[in-house]
Amino acid sequence: MAESTPRASLYGLMAEFADAQTLLDAVHRAQAEGYDVMDAFTPFPVEAVSEAIEHHKPSKVPLLVLIGGLAGASLAFLGQWWVAAVDYPLNIGGRPYFSWPAFVPPAFEVTILFASFAAVFGMFILNGLPQPYHPVFNVKSFERASQDRCFLVIESKDPKFDPQATREFLAGLGSEEVHDVDW
Amino acid sequence: MIEQTSQTMLTGDFEPLEDLGRLQTKAWIVGAIGVLGLLTGYFLHSDNPGQFYLPYLVAWLMLVCVSMGVFVISMLGNVTNGDWVVMIRPVSEASGRTLPFVFLAGLPVALGLPYLYEWVTANVTDPSLETYDSLTAYKSYWLSTDPGSMFGGVYVRAVIYFAIWSFLAYRLSAISRRYNSDGDPADRERLKKWSAGGMVIYVLTGTLASVDWIMAVDPHWFSSLYGFAWVGGQALAGFCVCAVAMSWLKDRQPFKRVVSKKLFHDYGKLILAFTVLWAYFAFSQFLIIWSGNLPEEITWYLVRSEHGFKELSVFVVLGHFVIPFAILLSANLKKKPKLLAGVAVWILLMRWLDFYWMIVPSHHHHFEGGHVWPGWLDLAALMGLLGIWVALTIGQFKGRKALPIQEPLFKELVSHGR
Repeated sequence: MAESTPRASLYGLMAEFADAQTLLDAVHRAQAEGYDVMDAFTPFPVEAVSEAIEHHKPSKVPLLVLIGGLAGASLAFLGQWWVAAVDYPLNIGGRPYFSWPAFVPPAFEVTILFASFAAVFGMFILNGLPQPYHPVFNVKSFERASQDRCFLVIESKDPKFDPQATREFLAGLGSEEVHDVDW
Repeated sequence: MIEQTSQTMLTGDFEPLEDLGRLQTKAWIVGAIGVLGLLTGYFLHSDNPGQFYLPYLVAWLMLVCVSMGVFVISMLGNVTNGDWVVMIRPVSEASGRTLPFVFLAGLPVALGLPYLYEWVTANVTDPSLETYDSLTAYKSYWLSTDPGSMFGGVYVRAVIYFAIWSFLAYRLSAISRRYNSDGDPADRERLKKWSAGGMVIYVLTGTLASVDWIMAVDPHWFSSLYGFAWVGGQALAGFCVCAVAMSWLKDRQPFKRVVSKKLFHDYGKLILAFTVLWAYFAFSQFLIIWSGNLPEEITWYLVRSEHGFKELSVFVVLGHFVIPFAILLSANLKKKPKLLAGVAVWILLMRWLDFYWMIVPSHHHHFEGGHVWPGWLDLAALMGLLGIWVALTIGQFKGRKALPIQEPLFKELVSHGR
């Protein structure tokens, strides 16, 4: 099973762990070792693991949400100002055409709407979903990622990746088994 | 390793106790300086006692806000089973046990009632008199000082509110103390049930208290969501105090072993949520009154946009909502205890300024040329009352277990935290 020559078709190496704590330790160890391009899979959300993975690559979703929110607020204010004060001015109870207090509730709603859109669609674009094919499913025992096992994948495009050394490194992290992940 | 940690901290006692003592001494000193300032102000303004009682009322309302706010946090947490409450429950219950002091601190307000609320002295109910005021007369069944009136009058009601709140606080503390030593799950259930009922009673009595103490300053004005603004403002202040207290406690045992960044992230999120809630209440109230534009409602806002109060109003909006909201959006900041505590202290100051903004402009006609912004006496009153409160709360906290070691949620935090 051990392969000494690098294969072009190798997506990466996958280590299988019996529990989340061992996985978390493994993530920390791999990052300390200098590995960068990795992903972890658990049957239930483990905040510490996603934080550890994200710590190296902060998510851009919060920024997108902020931009979405600001865009929504300005668009709603501009739109209401244009309709109520420029395009079709109506005298409502003798108030000024640009009555900003009345514009706040719709502006608030549009802010939330755009921010939520930015969050949902930004998330889809950034994580590449929907994705009908992913190499990790080529590993037979990966089925258990949704049952009772945790997995750590170090991808072959990681600059520090070496089929032999990385395999030995992963095997030394308390993993149950190390699998090749084919493309 | 996890087993070991929970074994070594099973006592849950605070250490080093000297640190707590030093903090308490500092609080007493701040309180003493404030009381000296208050005494100076009392004699300085003996010809115009309103100048003394007004700052005192504002500071006392802030004292009610923080002491009740911190106490309510534990009820809220007991009902919702939030794990953010577990670490702070002993602090929260300590604050609840200071409520008798808060009541006693309200006695000067009772003495100053004629200077604070016009309807106390003016005869508003007799149509033949010049002081007759049909709106206030209509509300006189509620706005009365007479214990024999239909609803007992403001003095009797204040006693009832504090009796209810203190009873709840001591009842919950007693159950909690027994639970911390025996760990009987039935006591956990009791805590939850008392808290659930207590929350309902708290919101109802809190609403009435806000009418008695704040809205009564200007009986012409009315707003049906004022009670919620009062309750929500207390919860905001409560979470802010929790964040400040925990940022101090986390460097000391036994908290050092168990408090995680996640806890501060939770406090940060809750503070952000309640900041938005405050803005939501404040703006809804404004929007409804602005849209209606009725003379008896809108004057409340007109006063606050004239006489130099406009800048104060804008400052409250910026300082209480815009600035903290923008800062608290950052997830990284919420995980940094010292920064979060800084924002929390700022919001607490804004809570106080909010009370100032609600009370003082209604009295502008009493002292022409009086100051618009809080002066030294306002600060002295705040320091005096809050200093003593912090010292008393620390005193209550010292005598009990610092961590609820029997709590299942707490055990979970110990094994998953860090």
